[in-house]
This record gives sequence, structure tokens and C-alpha cells, in this order.
Amino acid sequence: MEPSELISESFSTLTLNKMRTGLATLGIIIGIGSVIALVSLGQGSQKAVQNQIQSLGSNLLTVVPGARTSGGGIREAAGSNTTLTYDDAKAILSSSQVTDVANVSAEISRREQVTAGRNNTNTQILGVTPSYAEVRKVSISSGSFITQRDLESMSKVAVLGPQVVTDLFGEGANPVGQTIRISGQSFRVVGVTVSKGGTGFQNQDDIIFIPLTTAQKILFGVNYISSISVEAKSEDVMTQAQDQVGYLLLVRHHFNDPTQADFSIFSQSDILSTASSVTGTFTALLSGIAAISLIVGGIGIMNIMLVTVTERTREIGLRKALGAKKKTITQQFLIESTILTGVGGILGMIIGIAASLIISKFISLPFTISASSIALAIGVSASIGIIFGWYPAQRAANLQPIEALRYE
Amino acid sequence: MIQVSHISKIYKNDSIETVALSDISFNVAGGEFIAIMGPSGSGKSTLMHIIGALDSPTHGSYILDGEDISKLNDDELADIRNRKIGFIFQAFNLLPRTTALKNVMLPMAYGGIPKEKRKEAAEKYLEMVGLADRMDYTSSQLSGGQQQRVAIARALTMEPKIILADEPTGNLASAQANEIMEIFRRLNKDGHTIVMITHEPDIAEFAKRIITLRDGRIESDRKNGKRKSVGYIRKVKK
Repeated sequence: MEPSELISESFSTLTLNKMRTGLATLGIIIGIGSVIALVSLGQGSQKAVQNQIQSLGSNLLTVVPGARTSGGGIREAAGSNTTLTYDDAKAILSSSQVTDVANVSAEISRREQVTAGRNNTNTQILGVTPSYAEVRKVSISSGSFITQRDLESMSKVAVLGPQVVTDLFGEGANPVGQTIRISGQSFRVVGVTVSKGGTGFQNQDDIIFIPLTTAQKILFGVNYISSISVEAKSEDVMTQAQDQVGYLLLVRHHFNDPTQADFSIFSQSDILSTASSVTGTFTALLSGIAAISLIVGGIGIMNIMLVTVTERTREIGLRKALGAKKKTITQQFLIESTILTGVGGILGMIIGIAASLIISKFISLPFTISASSIALAIGVSASIGIIFGWYPAQRAANLQPIEALRYE
Repeated sequence: MIQVSHISKIYKNDSIETVALSDISFNVAGGEFIAIMGPSGSGKSTLMHIIGALDSPTHGSYILDGEDISKLNDDELADIRNRKIGFIFQAFNLLPRTTALKNVMLPMAYGGIPKEKRKEAAEKYLEMVGLADRMDYTSSQLSGGQQQRVAIARALTMEPKIILADEPTGNLASAQANEIMEIFRRLNKDGHTIVMITHEPDIAEFAKRIITLRDGRIESDRKNGKRKSVGYIRKVKK
């Protein structure tokens, strides 16, 4: 019997008992649907985290001070050292040995109480150089960012993040030209940044930018900076840029041994891979749970196929009496179960994609569906048909024609 | 055509042995029409299974068309059944919800006959049994007699060496039984070899030779001189 005949015969057999066929397929639909939806949502959240990190600048290196060791040999927290200076940042940009760096920005950061009229908030104050906007991809929605002149003249000007605007002036207000007080000092608001949609551990919208020099000299009374952001010329030269910056700072800080260095350099890709591995683990976990429902669906198929074999014992006996070989009977039942799971797989895929599309719209995640997960779903559902259909098919093929013909 | 020599069949169930057939020998030549008779439990069904290559004997040899088939495996037996034996069952055994035409085409599908030729042959045999106008009817739309005629057409499609009928009229009213027996007579006249199992003496009388079994042994094997003609069956059966 030709395969095409077996397939069309299987289809007509399956349509005889629509209710049962539908219920058996439902198990696979739910299984495949949930795998597809969960994998897609997992990849979506992975993508969301990546986008957020990349919105900070994808070819970004961050230099932070190392831990300070006090006189008594007690090592303090990383970043507590005060040896990193604005001059270091300027040296990175001007050095002839550092060839793969496009731009550099120096920052100092602290949390301060901020007031405007009757409102007050506690937020992050970031002293920055004008290049910060370019290096860290900050856009201005109204007014302007900190300028070189602000930096040189130690102006008391501030650029607010949208969250701070909401906290101090109310939602949607335009505070440009107004005055705020940061730990007692008056600052004129000159600009508002575009929202970066910060969520979770670090809200990038809850921030106030002021000139670095103003922060150091007037507000905090220090000479050091808390970080240097380095923009490499491209993502491909991140490693070279990291080495060049590291070497220059070692020389400037008079260290021979890199392990003794009083600073650390992080690249954005390090953070990216850490975050990706976290969301990847969650995706794997969720898909694992969904895979269990797929196995349950497969057992459902096996159950139905066993019932079908019992029900059709006489028919199988007749087919064998008329000359059907074991292989033909096996094929017939395998094709039936594979059609069940295959159709279930395709429907499950459509439902899974639709569910993931709706959910990702609802919780504003980027919608991603990979060809590999579709291929996997179809492959898995077809193999479930073969794996769970195998035993019932063997039972059918091994029926003795006499016994089967006698069966009532 | 058929050489059955010293065949016995012993069923073993736990440690109890049941002898269904013991030392059965007979030959069937081409063109014969044989009825195998006997009360229930006489072993006629077991014998029919062995002749039909549905089962193997415990001892003895069975040669069908020059081929010893007592030692073949399942798939080889399936092939023998397909090519050399045309089955007709008491319960018709047509595929449910399938048209007469498709039912008749089924053995040819298993026999690897090209698709185009199957329909042609199936139509020819359905016409032969007088169902030219019922080809697209499904089994449930046909009467018992019509279903059995479809089964006869199905048995003929592979041009088998023997036609093996197991109580072919057992489920039919006498008028329809008559029709079926008339077809058998005609087939036999055209040269077909027919082996028919029955427990009804009336039906057995249509055959040229009657073998009677009792307790797994051949009780008698005689020529049937006075064959009954069509219309012989008069009494209405249950």
C-alpha cells in the first residue's frame, strides 16, 4: 500500500470519531502551545533586558575605583577608593596610546535630598561632563544638557530625569527655568531628559544631572570621581579599548602588577551576558514545566490509540487475513498517531504564537518567535506521535488474524 | 492444488493439551468444490484456519499450489493469503463506512497492484456478482446478501488458487443464501476451486465432494452424486 493511500485512509478514519480525535489532539495543542508561548515570552524578556542594557550604550566600558585599603589593612567595599580623577578621564581621551576610544565621560554620583517649592524627593545626583549625553545615549526632551561652559564656570544648573520632574513638579510639567534646591544650594533647571523606561534595580529616569565641577567643588567638596564611562569606537574593538585604557591607568597610577590595580573596568557585554544567563535560566525552567504537559499529552495519544486498536481488532484481523503485512499495519497506526500529534502541534503552535503575541503586548515586552522553536515544536510533536504511537501500533501489528477475526 | 498430509493441531493451555485436529490427510485437485462439514467442536474451523494460512499446524505438512506453507513466518503467510486464497466469511467482514468499490480494491492494495488497475478489476468483479449499480454504497447501505456478494468480489480480485468460504450463508435468509450458492456454482463451473465450511447439510449438498469431520478426525470423505440445484433451500432460516 502506498504511503499516500495510508495517509488519506488515516485521515478518514480519524474524522469518523471527531470528538475523540479532538480531545486527544487537545492534549498536544496545550502542550505545544504552552512550550511555544513560554519560550517566546522568555526570549522576549531576554530581549527586553538586552535592549535596556544596550540603551545605556552597547560599546561602553565603565572604569570604577577599586576597594580602598585603609592604614590598618582593612579592605573597604569596591568603588570606595578615591584615586580616580577627572584628569584620568582626560588622559584617556588625549593619550596617543589609546587609539580605540571614541569618547570619555567622567562622573561623580551621590544621593541627596532635593526640594522644589513644597515638594521634595531623594534622588541620585550625577555630576557629569557634557560628553556623558553622547556616551550614555541620553536624549533631551526640552531645554539642553550640561554644556562645556557650565563645566568650566561651575554653573549651578541641573538637568532632570522625567521621574524627578513628576516627583517635584507634577506629571507632564515643564520645569525648565525653575529653581530646585539640592542639599541647600539653588540650581536652575535647564533641561529634561527623555525617559529611558528604567525599571527594576535601577531607574534611569530618577536622576538629576549637574556639571561635574559643580558637584565636586560646590556640592560634595571632593576631587575624585566615582566612574569613567568610555565609549569604544565599535563593539569589535571593545577588548583592545579595555586593554589600552587599563594599561594607561596602571601607568598613571604607578602600578606594575595589574592584580594590584586600584580600579576595575567593566564592559557592557559582561553585564549583558550575566543578565541574559539569568533570563535564559528562567526560560529553560518554564519550558521544562511546559514540556511535562507535552508528555502528558503524548500519554493521552497513546491511550486513545490503544482504545482504537482494541475497537478495531476485527478490522485489523480482516486486513491481515487479506494480506496486510505487519509493517503495513504498524505504518497505518503510526501515521494515525502522527497525524493526531502533527495537527495538534500545528494548532498548538498557532495558539502559542497568538498567546505570546497578546501577552507580550499586554505587559509590553518585545515579541520574538524564533524559527528554531517552531521547528522544535513540530519536530517534537511528530516524534511524540511516533514514540507514543509505537506501542499501540505494535499491538495492532502483532494481533493474530484468527483471534482478531473472532473478536466480538 | 492442496495436499494436506497427517496434519494435527494441539492447543496448549497451561499444562492441558487440547487436540483440535489429529492426523488429517486429504488432497484437493484444481476445479473441485468441497464442503467440509461437522458439528461444532469437530475441528472444522481449525482446519479452515490452517487451509487459509491463518494458522500453522502443530504436525504434518500442508502444500498449497506446490508450496509448503506449514513452516512460513507471519509476513510470508500474509503474502500467501493475499495471492493464493480468497476469503469469504460468515459475517461478511467488509470495512465499515467504506464503499463496496474500496472494499473490493483492498486486497489489491496489499498485493501491490498498481492503483489504476485496481479500480478496473474491482468494477469487473462487482459487475460479475451483479452489483454494478451498488459500487458506491457503503456496507451499511447494503443488504446482507449484497454485502456477501461484495465479499465474493473481494475474494476474486487477486485471482486466487482457492476460494475459502467459512459458513458463507450462516447470516443470510434462504433466498439470499440461494443467490450466494448460485454464484458459487457458477464460479466453480468457470474453473474456480472452492472449499466451503458449513454445518448445514442443505448447503453442503451444493458441493461436489463432502468431507465430514468428527472429534478432530475425518469421519467420511465422499463424492456428492446428487447435487442439489438452485432453489433447493426452501426452509426459512433463523
